[in-house]
Amino acid sequence: MITWLQQLGRSGLDAFERLGRASLLFLYILGGIPSVLPRLRLLVQQLFAVGVLSIVIILVSGLFVGMVLGLQLYNTLVDFGAESSLGPVVALTLVRELGPVVTALLFAGRAGSALTAEIGLMKATEQLSGMEMMAVDPIKRVLAPRFLAGFLSMPLLAAIFSAVGVIGGYFVGVGLLGVDEGSYWSQMQDKVDLHKDVMNGVIKSLVFGVVAAWIAIFEGYDALPTSEGVSRATTRTVVHTSLAVLGLDFILTALMFGD
Amino acid sequence: MFHSRSVEIWVGVFIAAGMAALFMLAMKVSNLSTATETGGYDVTAKFQNVSGLKVRSAVMASGVTVGRVTHISYDPKTFEAVVTLHIGDDFKSFPTDTSASILTSGLLGEKYVGLEPGGEEEVLKNGDTIHLTQSSLILEQMIGQFLYSKASEGKSTDGGASK
Repeated sequence: MITWLQQLGRSGLDAFERLGRASLLFLYILGGIPSVLPRLRLLVQQLFAVGVLSIVIILVSGLFVGMVLGLQLYNTLVDFGAESSLGPVVALTLVRELGPVVTALLFAGRAGSALTAEIGLMKATEQLSGMEMMAVDPIKRVLAPRFLAGFLSMPLLAAIFSAVGVIGGYFVGVGLLGVDEGSYWSQMQDKVDLHKDVMNGVIKSLVFGVVAAWIAIFEGYDALPTSEGVSRATTRTVVHTSLAVLGLDFILTALMFGD
Repeated sequence: MFHSRSVEIWVGVFIAAGMAALFMLAMKVSNLSTATETGGYDVTAKFQNVSGLKVRSAVMASGVTVGRVTHISYDPKTFEAVVTLHIGDDFKSFPTDTSASILTSGLLGEKYVGLEPGGEEEVLKNGDTIHLTQSSLILEQMIGQFLYSKASEGKSTDGGASK
């Protein structure tokens, strides 16, 4: 009984300790961001690795998610003779929810895991401590550009996802199923509000960008410097990011659209 | 390091594509292109009943959107709903005896405020009030009245037949 309590207490303390280390690292990274600005080349390289290389998966999944939405919603709406509101439903679903959330989940799998593995391996091969020896701060040189790249890429990727999804819904709804083209676009423009819907979606994806990049970088930086430790950290990145994004999405939705 | 020139080009493409997607969401998907933002004037109208009307509902004249509802409140003295209409600068020539009614687009569609111009020479200005108003029709009340009148009609014809 006592040993069981002790284990419980230790795991609780460990969790809080990790949370504390993660928060401290977050503050250090924020402090390191100003020193990235004079060295934009580092940021550009990370934007390439994090953003550009994720475009293909975002394009393909956005297109297919939009097409599936168009198909499924059409089947439901046509029963009520309301297939002309296919446009607003597809656009609102994508802009408010699926765009930011699915992008963040794909980002965790595609870019977050790569970030963790890269940083974890840098740590395992003692590149980070080597940098410290040469009086180069690895937080400013390695972590801050990666964090900034994740933070900047996410809203752009989410916007691409939503835009491509709307086009996918258009292909299926208008091209395949015969919804009126004019009502698809005009009803969409009528119902989707720039500030309330599009901007809140962008805010969501900015928050997800911070969280996904933070978790990925922390897991890599905090990984045990062994091959097993790096592999475990990579798994944790994907799992924790997905859970955090889905949980935060509910809270943000309740705050933004809950009235 | 790998070819930094092509890396930079690809990052440029990425940022441009993201911006283009945001731009498309703003212009093509959302209502930015149809919104009547700055400019225009406010008039108020009092209605007995505004059920179903919402802030941002359209204000239409002859089926053309000329403005938006910006505020709905309740006047505790006259027990009426006070609706503020924001009408665009392009539509400055509504006479002072314009009437406003709350209409429905389609059978179950959204409520909007319909303006019917009158014949006065003077035009509505910022802060003016529209006096001729017609409230929104409440479907339940209408069905109730219809059923009631049908029922009483049925009774009287029954009575007539039995005599």
